[in-house]
Amino acid sequence: MASLKDFKGLTPAWCPGCGNFAILKAFNEAMVELNINPHEIVIVSGIGQAGKFPHYTRCNTFNGLHGRTLPVATGIKLVNPNLKVIAVAGDGDCYGEGGNHLIHAIRRNVDIKLFVHNNQIYGLTKGQASPTSTKGMKTKTQPFGVISEPLNSLLLAIALDCSFVARGYAGKVEHLKSLIKEAILHKGFALLDILQPCVTFNKINTYEWYNQRVYFLDSFYDPTNKVLAFEKAMEWGDKIPLGILYKKEKNSFEEQIPVLKNGPLFERPYYLEKVKNLLEKFK
Amino acid sequence: MDYSIKIGGEAGQGIQTIGDLLAHIFSKAGYYVFTHQDYESRIRGGHNFYQIRFSDKPVSASKRKIHLLLALDKESIPLHFEELDSTGQVLYDSSHLKDKFEDPRFLDVPLFEIARTKGGSPITANTVAVGAVIGMLGMSPEIMYDLLKKTFYKKGKEVLEANLRAAEEGYNYAKEKCLACNFSLASFSESKYLITGTEAIGIGALSANVKFYAAYPMTPSTGIFNFIAEHAEEFNIMVEQAEDEIAAINMIIGASYAGVRSMTGTSGGGFALMVEGLALAGMTETPIVIVLAQRPGPATGLPTRTEQGDLLFALFSGHGEFPKIVFAPGTPEQALHLTNKAFDLAEKYQVISIILIDQYLADSQWSYSKIDTSRLIYKNYRLTGEELQKIEVYKRHLFTETGISPLGIPGTSTHLIITDSDEHDEEGHLIEDAEIRKKMVEKRLFKKLSLIKKEISQPLFYGAEDPEIVLICWGSLYGIVKEVVDILKKDHPVCMLHFSEIYPFSEDKTWQRLLEKAKLVINIEQNATSQFARLLKMETGLTIKHHINKYDGRPFLIEEMEEKIRGLIKGF
Ligand SMILES: Cc1ncc(C[n+]2csc(CCOP(=O)(O)OP(=O)(O)O)c2C)c(N)n1
Ligand code: SF4
Repeated sequence: MASLKDFKGLTPAWCPGCGNFAILKAFNEAMVELNINPHEIVIVSGIGQAGKFPHYTRCNTFNGLHGRTLPVATGIKLVNPNLKVIAVAGDGDCYGEGGNHLIHAIRRNVDIKLFVHNNQIYGLTKGQASPTSTKGMKTKTQPFGVISEPLNSLLLAIALDCSFVARGYAGKVEHLKSLIKEAILHKGFALLDILQPCVTFNKINTYEWYNQRVYFLDSFYDPTNKVLAFEKAMEWGDKIPLGILYKKEKNSFEEQIPVLKNGPLFERPYYLEKVKNLLEKFK
Repeated sequence: MDYSIKIGGEAGQGIQTIGDLLAHIFSKAGYYVFTHQDYESRIRGGHNFYQIRFSDKPVSASKRKIHLLLALDKESIPLHFEELDSTGQVLYDSSHLKDKFEDPRFLDVPLFEIARTKGGSPITANTVAVGAVIGMLGMSPEIMYDLLKKTFYKKGKEVLEANLRAAEEGYNYAKEKCLACNFSLASFSESKYLITGTEAIGIGALSANVKFYAAYPMTPSTGIFNFIAEHAEEFNIMVEQAEDEIAAINMIIGASYAGVRSMTGTSGGGFALMVEGLALAGMTETPIVIVLAQRPGPATGLPTRTEQGDLLFALFSGHGEFPKIVFAPGTPEQALHLTNKAFDLAEKYQVISIILIDQYLADSQWSYSKIDTSRLIYKNYRLTGEELQKIEVYKRHLFTETGISPLGIPGTSTHLIITDSDEHDEEGHLIEDAEIRKKMVEKRLFKKLSLIKKEISQPLFYGAEDPEIVLICWGSLYGIVKEVVDILKKDHPVCMLHFSEIYPFSEDKTWQRLLEKAKLVINIEQNATSQFARLLKMETGLTIKHHINKYDGRPFLIEEMEEKIRGLIKGF
């Protein structure tokens, strides 16, 4: 049985009060409750405050480049479907630098869980706007305020028929934990966007701001209804829904690949004879 | 005997089908074959050609002079008639070209008419043409029939039979009507292997147990992608078309981290996008193999043509300092072995191997009477399961005497495989510590590179024993320089020094004495700035004064290179 001690990683270098702490706690507890061992998981992350996440828990870790989390995760899962592959990204990382990869990862539906620590700001580079920043937000690099529309990643994911689309909030740890568990148990690509207050740089989307607005989708909400899901995904402002907005049963990408039917590819035998026979066909 | 055939026409006319069939017929008949293709970046129209040289002795390049021109379009005649040997013949169809030539060097064969009467569709005219060429050459048609059966049996009995009839009629027609045909073929010997650079790289990758290939299509690397995909099921390989080259390289890095040998292929523009990921592989010490199939740049350049313009780009690719190994095979046989070696060294030292080819090598076909497979190796350098578990305290980036740390496969033991694009400690966690940083650079770069140098072979020497003239070349220039050496050898003590293991240079430097002793050293490259000569100077301090550069996107022809070299020798 895995215990919380097994998931104890390095001491986080995040600012005191950062929303990332709650996500870390929810994650570790979820793993223990699902009885998953550290060596069964690979966390792939990019660069940003969120990107440091895997060092602060304990498991196999590939901390790659800014925005490139999903391709690395895809490569891992496509050669070893037995590993639980979790991609951790910031909103800049995943919706900005890696936007193209997100679209195609959803299209592929590889069994990867993507947890986006969405603080609506660039944390590590000290407070520039991110693709989800509120219109009008002023920063050093947006002196006239953010002009572009914020990216509605949940709406985008539903439009792409992503098989699992959910929103959690660092201020509601128990609920967040349940979403993490559901995402892990889900088969196929899962996007879990997590509202994560950045207490240092984002002075608009604070704990207080979120606390006044968030609410849980109730048990009557049907996440398989796509039209309803679109409606909920468009709700932002006075009321912000938390929970699983959309869910769809689908075959995962790797399930449909004949060569992956027999498990990890590193276990396949090697025959030089077969190669030599192939060469003979060139005669 | 040493004959060249050129098939000229528009894209979409079946030039490739005809050329490929003929090349295989000659190779099966036991002749040595060399082919090269010239095509525009369009699917239909334009002017393309396929040149086949076949001989009873090994051939490794194309000549300017041709002996048989198969003109599928009108343009082929003014464009290539000058190249025709004095006894050469042009095969054409006057009804198709809407032009009649009364010259005895022209043979008018009603390709389309025959195709129609023999029950085939208009494309069957290509088969008639193949038959006619074989008839003009006076070759026995049996091998052609065998090959046609193999090619068409999947299309059903009717199509197959129509093609056989069409070939037979083309053959008989040409044999009877070509009174001026005067080819004398050597007698047949044992059939040969016929293989392109692309196929050789594919087989090399299979021989190294590649298990993951991700790429984004880009000419001229796409053939490798096709080849691996075609054999994916049989060899248990996962192939994926990535959304872009950035994704492709990151995917293969992920796949390699997860335990398998991984590869991607691209051309210059795509490689530019991969450069970020290259540094990631460097920092995380993840073994990967990249094929960079060069084409003339910058930017999109000449998409279907050939150049050796990316050597220094490949060498200096990636930010920061980390080792990589660069290979540049000159022949399909070298491509096979160097791809195998690229994987082996990448795995052994946990570094990046880049294989530089170009359109010319990718598409050209070579024949061999034997392909040595005894040097192909596969050694598993990774740790899994119990083997991994036996290590008491596992650290992915452990400092060792050799700089090589244990490469474990995640999930197979309770040890955690941790790595980071940030500078990291032995365990793989990110750090800022100056002392560890210094040691990591020394581990990744100096320790490994000095070991890799010992694995690199000396350049290939070919020619006069005590040469006064040394021709330096690399990559796909091998075949042509070799043939030019054979020609010049009669008049001058000349040799070739061909580099296919480009970087790092071999530790054994005996070959340098050859350059120091030579009276005339000529560096030959298919680029404008003599990139290899610059590398040579950087690594050895030797300066080369004489250069032959070609950068029009077309490959060298034997006569052309011979003239250039003779010019330099004369002026010396
Ligand atoms: C290719 C590249 N461009 C830019 C950066 C600099 N950079 C590091 S983190 C970051 C953005 C961080 O924002 P986000 O992804 O939202 O993560 P957070 O720090 O807010 O968790 C940027 C631009 C980088 N590391 N790599
Ligand atoms: S800057 Fe913001 S996101 Fe980064 S650690 Fe501090 S509070 Fe968290």
